[in-house]
Amino acid sequence: MGLLRGFAVTFRQMFQRPVTNQYVIGTGEKAPKPERLHGRHVLNRYEDGMEKCIGCELCAGVCPARCIYVRGADNPEDDPVSPGERYGYVYEINYLRCIHCDLCVEACPTEAITETKLFEFSFTSREDAVYTKDELLVDDDGMPRHMPWEDWRPGEDEHTSAWMRATSPSGSAAFEGRVAWTGELGYGVRSPEAAQADKDAVTVPADDDDHGHDDHDDHDHGGGDH
Amino acid sequence: MSRDAALEHPGLEGLNHNFLTGSLEELVKWARTRSLMPATFGLACCAIEMMAAGGPHYDIARYGMETFRASPRQADLMIVAGRVSQKMAPVLRQIYDQMVEPKWVISMGVCASSGGMFNNYAIVQGVDQVVPVDVYAPGCPPGPQTLLHAILTLHGKIRDGELTRRPGEGAGLVVERLDGQAPTPVTLGRG
Repeated sequence: MGLLRGFAVTFRQMFQRPVTNQYVIGTGEKAPKPERLHGRHVLNRYEDGMEKCIGCELCAGVCPARCIYVRGADNPEDDPVSPGERYGYVYEINYLRCIHCDLCVEACPTEAITETKLFEFSFTSREDAVYTKDELLVDDDGMPRHMPWEDWRPGEDEHTSAWMRATSPSGSAAFEGRVAWTGELGYGVRSPEAAQADKDAVTVPADDDDHGHDDHDDHDHGGGDH
Repeated sequence: MSRDAALEHPGLEGLNHNFLTGSLEELVKWARTRSLMPATFGLACCAIEMMAAGGPHYDIARYGMETFRASPRQADLMIVAGRVSQKMAPVLRQIYDQMVEPKWVISMGVCASSGGMFNNYAIVQGVDQVVPVDVYAPGCPPGPQTLLHAILTLHGKIRDGELTRRPGEGAGLVVERLDGQAPTPVTLGRG
């Protein structure tokens, strides 16, 4: 009889909805991603179209995988590229070395480099994997350029991880709702991240099975003064 | 058939595109894309994501990649998942050589692709120094959907590529035959 009970489990599964995520390049559904996922980088511009990168090479210095190559140059007097003294003349990221640790984003003093949510891309040659500045820099509308080997969907460029962190440094509740982030071309000054309590209220799934999601009310998120 | 006659009639390699064989080629390529059998070659943390891709949520079985074959003789796709140490490189090459043609390689993750953050004496700086790589999947580790993207890219490559090696393609190497005849192109690896 125990044998039949086992088969009954198998038989019942035939009528369950499949959980498979039907991913296809371009059209299929993607798995939901966390808001702070680290994906492919972009180089941002200010709202007036100036580049934010000042060619300081801090991102290249902090990169543990040594995947970033930056060479700065002095801004031309008549037609400056960035508001600072210098700008990123060469900017390359090798995605066959990048481990998406986000340290470059943390190191950047001008919020020039951020990471999008794009993680679905693959290359057929090594040359494609080295992104030059033209490919990384946002276009004239402030949107990331879409390479043919990348699978972009709407909304994946909206949340960048550094912006999240800038609105709530160290997760401290005292900084909730404060914007410490310069405006970006295409998005302007982004509105601050929602407070942690609000997010918990949204993200906790209201399903009936208990996976330990209960008792979320009085969690101490982020070391605020309680 | 003498050796010279074999060179003049190189079998399938002399196949040209026409209406009939063109359709047949499409069929064969379709069959190949739908029945890629990956060899088990998980080396590090990328293998965890590779296992996740085999699970129900991402389910590479729907691409006909039913199981990870434990024997290279039954596999035609090698997913190199993880960093390849110098000691592992000859093993990797041997497994690759044991796989039957046609065979493809996906370099999964930055460690396999270029050494990643392990730029040191112990790790091979890019598995394409050892085996020819068709698709590189970036990420550390790549998520299951990045792997699926790489697999689908490989499908496109198989679909748009050549069915067989054709004369005059390949590595482009030319060897001289010792008996003083015309130089004969040879093909190394896949065309």
